[in-house]
Amino acid sequence: MSLKQRMFKERFMEVLLMLCATVSIVTTLGILFVLLKDSIGFFSKVSLLEFLTDTQWTPLFEDAHFGILPLLSGTFLITFIAILIALPLGMSIAIYLSEYADRRVKKIIKPFLEILSSIPTVVFGYFALVFVTPLLQSFIPGLAGFNSLSPGIVMGIMILPMVASLSEDALNAVPDSLREGSYALGSSQVQTAFRVVVPAASSGITVSVILAISRAIGETMIVAIAAGQQPRLTLNPLVPIETITAYIVQVSKGDVPQDSLGYQTIFAAGLTLFVLTFLLNSVSFYFNKKFRAQYQ
Amino acid sequence: MKAFKNSFFKYLGIFSTVVGVVFLITLLVDVFYSGMSRITWDFVTGSLSRHAHMSGILPAIVGTFLIMLLTAVIAIPIGVGAGVYLEEYGKNNRFAAFLEINIANLAGVPSIIYGILGLQLFSRWMNLGASFLAGALTLSLLILPIIIVATRSALKTVPLSIKEASYALGATKWQTIWNHVLPAALGGILTGIILALSRAVGETAPLIVIGAKVFVSVPNSVYDPYTVLPLQIFNWVSRPQEAFATNASAAIVILLLITFIMNFSAIYFRNKSQGRYKS
Repeated sequence: MSLKQRMFKERFMEVLLMLCATVSIVTTLGILFVLLKDSIGFFSKVSLLEFLTDTQWTPLFEDAHFGILPLLSGTFLITFIAILIALPLGMSIAIYLSEYADRRVKKIIKPFLEILSSIPTVVFGYFALVFVTPLLQSFIPGLAGFNSLSPGIVMGIMILPMVASLSEDALNAVPDSLREGSYALGSSQVQTAFRVVVPAASSGITVSVILAISRAIGETMIVAIAAGQQPRLTLNPLVPIETITAYIVQVSKGDVPQDSLGYQTIFAAGLTLFVLTFLLNSVSFYFNKKFRAQYQ
Repeated sequence: MKAFKNSFFKYLGIFSTVVGVVFLITLLVDVFYSGMSRITWDFVTGSLSRHAHMSGILPAIVGTFLIMLLTAVIAIPIGVGAGVYLEEYGKNNRFAAFLEINIANLAGVPSIIYGILGLQLFSRWMNLGASFLAGALTLSLLILPIIIVATRSALKTVPLSIKEASYALGATKWQTIWNHVLPAALGGILTGIILALSRAVGETAPLIVIGAKVFVSVPNSVYDPYTVLPLQIFNWVSRPQEAFATNASAAIVILLLITFIMNFSAIYFRNKSQGRYKS
């Protein structure tokens, strides 16, 4: 190969690799374009005010209402239950792993968390509907067959590995000198963990919680299977509800004519979901940067 | 009191782990208990049917492997290429910094949004409908961020000395990357790819959105309509009859076997590649 050919090949590969990287930008633009295009169509017929304030979501009914609030309340209710489960369990696993457990124990717990996080979400959905809901019904008499309690709990277990491993990373990033300083002042292990290490890792832990919330908001299959299809503005965890994601699934499964207003609702719902998760991810990005700047 | 508090938090950690373990074991036992009896040769090799007890699962198994293969063919070169560009070429330019934020954001986009993208972009505008190709393209976009991030962290572990030795012998940048850096990072990249594909195999939501058929036969081409195991599970679990729930648990057993095999091989490759270079 002549020098010229070799130079050309070098340049060619660099451009080719850059094009590969550009696919990610095209994807982002594609998502924005697709969501905005049909959302604009939707919002030309339904006012933003109605979308944000109407308390009913019945786009496919005769008496159509387009209020996103019931879907939002369903989404947040399930997310809240999931975080209520995942945060205490995940945090205590993280603190245990980073402050107490020896290497042998870590070698057992970590693969277990990985197995848990590798299970497809449709499997969790099946488990919520077929096992957890009947189990809960045996001691909560008022619990409906579809509800937000059971999928919320199962989703909490699903995001548990994420909370545990991200929080553990944050705790591990705290330099040992802080721990040693605390011990030198006569603190016990638990005092060191909760008064020194956890506060020092707080922005890293915040990242794990925000990412877990974002993940729970976007989770689809568990809620589509076990939470029901009844958009309802409620905080009652015992009755059927519908989340944004479950609504998108519901419309996709049915035969709503394309380009109708009913069909465009999934883009408005999708845009809402995208904005929510984008905001959360951006906030976590900020905290992550702050946290890294602290100890590196 | 101090000692009590100390051990209390230790046991709290152990307790929380046990809660997770018990949950996982209950899930596995429940699924295997109700599914195993349904897994027969006829079920694994039979075609789909409206009657629960007559239905097989072969089209969904074939579909799962076909869509995994197609997704791999599309996503691996692009993902690894993008990772190599960001780590080896774009270290200090602003374009790369922008790409990095963008990829971090894409990794946090819910999978169902990728479904909406795939529905418009591949199924409608590119006229691929609810075909294997549309499904694989959508899943490829979904797992690209995972492959890119995994490739980058694998490349980071390759010691500088290897590159310097290659340059010293007169190799060009691409020759160095292709002949030395990529082979040295192969274990880590492979781990990331397998984990990403295992994620794609378990995905359901985006495929529902781009439009999945429930009754399909074993496919002949990438333009055929698809079904995959998760879709079949979702379809069966949405029906009220007990027999379909049994079918669903049988399909879950097969799906879990596939994802566990993939995850264990990923862990195997990671352990093999770890500690290869000690700095």
